[in-house]
Amino acid sequence: MNAAVAHAQPVILAGALGDAGSKLGQTLEALALFFGIALLVFFAAGRATGRLNRPLAIVVLLGPALVLLTVGLVVPAIRTIYLSLRSDDSSSFVGVANFKWAFTNGNLNQGVRQELFNTLLWIVIAPIVATVLGLLIAVLVDRMRHQAIYKSLIFMPVAISFVGASIIWKFVYDYRGPGLPQDGLLSQTVIALGWHNPPNWILSHPLNDFLLMVIMVWVQTGFAMVVLSAAIKAIPEDIIDAAKVDGARGWAMAFRITLPMIRNTLIVVLTTVMIITLKLFDIIRTMTGGNFGTDVLANDMYSQSFVEFNYGRGSALAVILFVGVLPLVAYNIHQLRRERETR
Amino acid sequence: MSTPAQVAAPSTVLRGPAATKAVRRSFSSPIASLLVVLLTLLWTVPTFGLLVTSLRPAGVVSTTGWWTVFVHPSFTFANYHEVLFSGAGLGVSDGLLPYFVNSLAITVPATLFPLAIASAAAYVLAWVKFKGSDALFFFIFALQVVPLQLALLPLLQLSSGGAHIGSVTIFPDLNLGNTYVPLWTAHTMFALPLAIFLLHNFIAQIPRDLIEAGLVDGASHFRVFRTIVLPLAAPALASYAIFQFLWVWNDLLVALTFAGGSGRAPITARLAQLTGSFGGRWQLLTAGAFIAIIVPMAVFFALQRYFVRGLLAGSVKG
Repeated sequence: MNAAVAHAQPVILAGALGDAGSKLGQTLEALALFFGIALLVFFAAGRATGRLNRPLAIVVLLGPALVLLTVGLVVPAIRTIYLSLRSDDSSSFVGVANFKWAFTNGNLNQGVRQELFNTLLWIVIAPIVATVLGLLIAVLVDRMRHQAIYKSLIFMPVAISFVGASIIWKFVYDYRGPGLPQDGLLSQTVIALGWHNPPNWILSHPLNDFLLMVIMVWVQTGFAMVVLSAAIKAIPEDIIDAAKVDGARGWAMAFRITLPMIRNTLIVVLTTVMIITLKLFDIIRTMTGGNFGTDVLANDMYSQSFVEFNYGRGSALAVILFVGVLPLVAYNIHQLRRERETR
Repeated sequence: MSTPAQVAAPSTVLRGPAATKAVRRSFSSPIASLLVVLLTLLWTVPTFGLLVTSLRPAGVVSTTGWWTVFVHPSFTFANYHEVLFSGAGLGVSDGLLPYFVNSLAITVPATLFPLAIASAAAYVLAWVKFKGSDALFFFIFALQVVPLQLALLPLLQLSSGGAHIGSVTIFPDLNLGNTYVPLWTAHTMFALPLAIFLLHNFIAQIPRDLIEAGLVDGASHFRVFRTIVLPLAAPALASYAIFQFLWVWNDLLVALTFAGGSGRAPITARLAQLTGSFGGRWQLLTAGAFIAIIVPMAVFFALQRYFVRGLLAGSVKG
């Protein structure tokens, strides 16, 4: 390190810390302001008892949530549907032209139809693989000692952001030209197994679609495992005892008793991962930016709306996404409610 | 395969933990255990490689794979110092520290604001019934089906240009572009349907006697909410807070939309940008990624039980 750099270091450090201080200061101010006002309102409104108590409580306690929901979700959602029927600069009504574009542009190798096809591949393959692997691990680990350690390690990716997960896997898939020492684990592994000229993984379509799905599976398997493991543990002991008396063992037990008993949970896990997959954005954004034939619906919705400023097309893609997610979420919420009621 | 449990099972029926244990033993096989160990390794190795690479000197990272550390160990903290403070190696003018601070500055209020607003709303919907309150609760609950993509564009237009009908301004442009306010507000808005739903379920289960005793004593709804409901709902508030904290910390879509490449972007948005323009400096990118994932990992390992509870309840969000 030369003298100038050595001298510059403390200055940069002081600047960075000063910047951090002022940002966190703003945050604390905002928090103090928010909770200060809340306390004041509470104090003032709390004095009014008697007839005013109820209406005041309704307005003050429920009002902020209703305003935020209206401004932040209800009106924007309606406006997006409206924008999806207008041209890209929102100046004229174009009917269903944007939707027509979404379903007819390009083919399975390019354009929007490719991204719709990719999205379809994603929501079929990734959730099924993650759920089956999660179930397999949940069943197998249930028989082991120290199972908490294995479960923790497999569950850990759930806490990591998709951006973090993408960087982890981008490194695994890193590729260098033939002859150079490989630094990606995948290249090194296949070379060790005897495939001397591996491709540049992320650029190879359609292989890259599946390599990106691995990231989703890596993250969601832990989720599936934890939920399914809890469901397996919740099977009443009587039933297991009875099956045991009848001589059920190993796989017979798994297929005749365990699987039917956790069927509902299994479906909820599958649909939940499907919802997450349908809205997939972060992995594609970080790994390829939608290039090399890997684009999906949610990523292009972002690109159309916020990069290319095609508001009509972007909104149409958002509406398609909504229509796709709607039945899945509705089903999940329905299940969640039913479970609550029977408990 | 013949284990004691199997032999014993037909004659004596075990109960309780003994039965569970016996079943577990009768199930266990070395192949199954081996498979689990292998899968666990497969799941852990990529993260481990990231950590190792972030601790290796630049010269070695560019010429050898990280697995060679087992033969030639050499470690340094220089990468962390560089990505945090100077950023010179990343080809940008600042390090990641300001963005890490942004993440904190965004996440803490974006967790506390919805928590406060949603718990108040949940209390009213559960205990201060009025005409249409059940329908209103159902409507809020149904809003969960709206993916945030559907609201993103109009909300951004609103926060960056106000709202107008013709030439009449119904919402002014507040010039909040260079503050955290749009991010806090957006996260709060998107969090509410789920937060109100979850907290309502919990708050509605508080025994009626407790609430009514407070009201009969002449306390206002505000007082009952503050002194009875909030303390009793603490476990639900904690679970939801952890879920929301991780959700906001790990978010990329809202961050990119409302902060983009500005100086207010969180570390996820910054890293997502850097991966594209990155070239071969893996020691820096891995160090940056590790800085970004260390916070959720710490939360995860410290509060795993609450984390699971929050996750199960909140996994349909988005």
